Amino acid sequence: MTARQKRIVFIILGLCAVAGSSVMITKAMQSNLAYLYAPETVLAGEVPENKLIRVGGLVKKGSLKRSDTSLDLSFVLTDNRGNEVTVTYDRILPDLFKEEQSAVVRGKLNSDKVMIAEEVLAKHDAEYMPEELKDVLKKEHAPAPDKTTEVTY
Amino acid sequence: MTINWFKYSSPASFYPLAGKLIPVFMVLAIVLTLGGLYWGFFQTPDVLSDQKQYYRIIFVHIASAWMAMWLYVVMVFWAVLGLIFNTRLSYMFACATAVTGAIMTALSLWTGAFWGQTSWGTWWDWDPRMTTQLILLFLYMGYIALHSAIDDNRRADRASAVLAMVGLAIVPVIYYSINCPDPNACASLHQESSMERIETNIFIAIMTTVAGFWMYCFAVILMRTRNIILQRERKSSWVARLEALK
Repeated sequence: MTARQKRIVFIILGLCAVAGSSVMITKAMQSNLAYLYAPETVLAGEVPENKLIRVGGLVKKGSLKRSDTSLDLSFVLTDNRGNEVTVTYDRILPDLFKEEQSAVVRGKLNSDKVMIAEEVLAKHDAEYMPEELKDVLKKEHAPAPDKTTEVTY
Repeated sequence: MTINWFKYSSPASFYPLAGKLIPVFMVLAIVLTLGGLYWGFFQTPDVLSDQKQYYRIIFVHIASAWMAMWLYVVMVFWAVLGLIFNTRLSYMFACATAVTGAIMTALSLWTGAFWGQTSWGTWWDWDPRMTTQLILLFLYMGYIALHSAIDDNRRADRASAVLAMVGLAIVPVIYYSINCPDPNACASLHQESSMERIETNIFIAIMTTVAGFWMYCFAVILMRTRNIILQRERKSSWVARLEALK
């Protein structure tokens, strides 16, 4: 083998190793615990109490309750499969925060499995469309699969 | 007839060619970027189903984020080519690409912070997409730092080429951090990328600005490569003749 062929072999081996490590990092990240917990995991008691964690889910319809005298509020995070976690918060919610939209909450879990939030973040969807157009498309593509049955965080 | 594939791999013959290409790419870059931004700011809906005006940062954000990832692959390509063929010009290309790549990564993080603050409610979050993009910025900076830390250009080229190659592992991770087949398996704050659920005018504006950014990258990388050529070949006779012409 010439020196150049040797270099090519080494580089190909190196790139294979790089690809392998890349696959492993991706797999590790997909274990889901890298970033946030789902309500299901919280209810199953697999989440440490009094530690700073993130929980993600849909804000349950009609669950947002505000105090009349302070900024205190509470809402319920759900996965639409019956797993629900109550969240309390005492700061201002982001503009995009709405019921039936995804949110990511950072805070601590108390012993009653209530999340004391330090930060509430709203997720927005990846549909860059005005509301009217969305409705038109829904009709054109009817019967559309019910979006709320499958929750994405 | 045999084609001489290596004709333009010599800095002396590439230098004038690059000089002719730069204005073409620059004009395309200006026209496409301004056109795309105009379309994006004035021909798209003001309010989306959940977001308001601020979503328009998407045109700069997507274009810079795409370039950030793509330029890393381009940089590794030139670095590996240099390792295999020992061609000086490919290393120079890799060096020139790294700087633009780093700028694009920083721009994507910066515009993302503004978008995140208005929509999610935070400038920064350690979400998989953002964290991996930050690592990409560090990789670019590491490449530039390692290259400038070694005085001998040829050793610097080879060492930083290996570093760039190892760093390539992050590119698929960035991509899959929001694009995995099961959205529930990779939770993040960042929305997944969706090219099919976009209003047509927004889509046109995105694609035009992406093309404009691409042309800009071509132009500035060629410009920087020309500078690097002059710097490194300053003792050669053809650069001396170039000087004499002035």
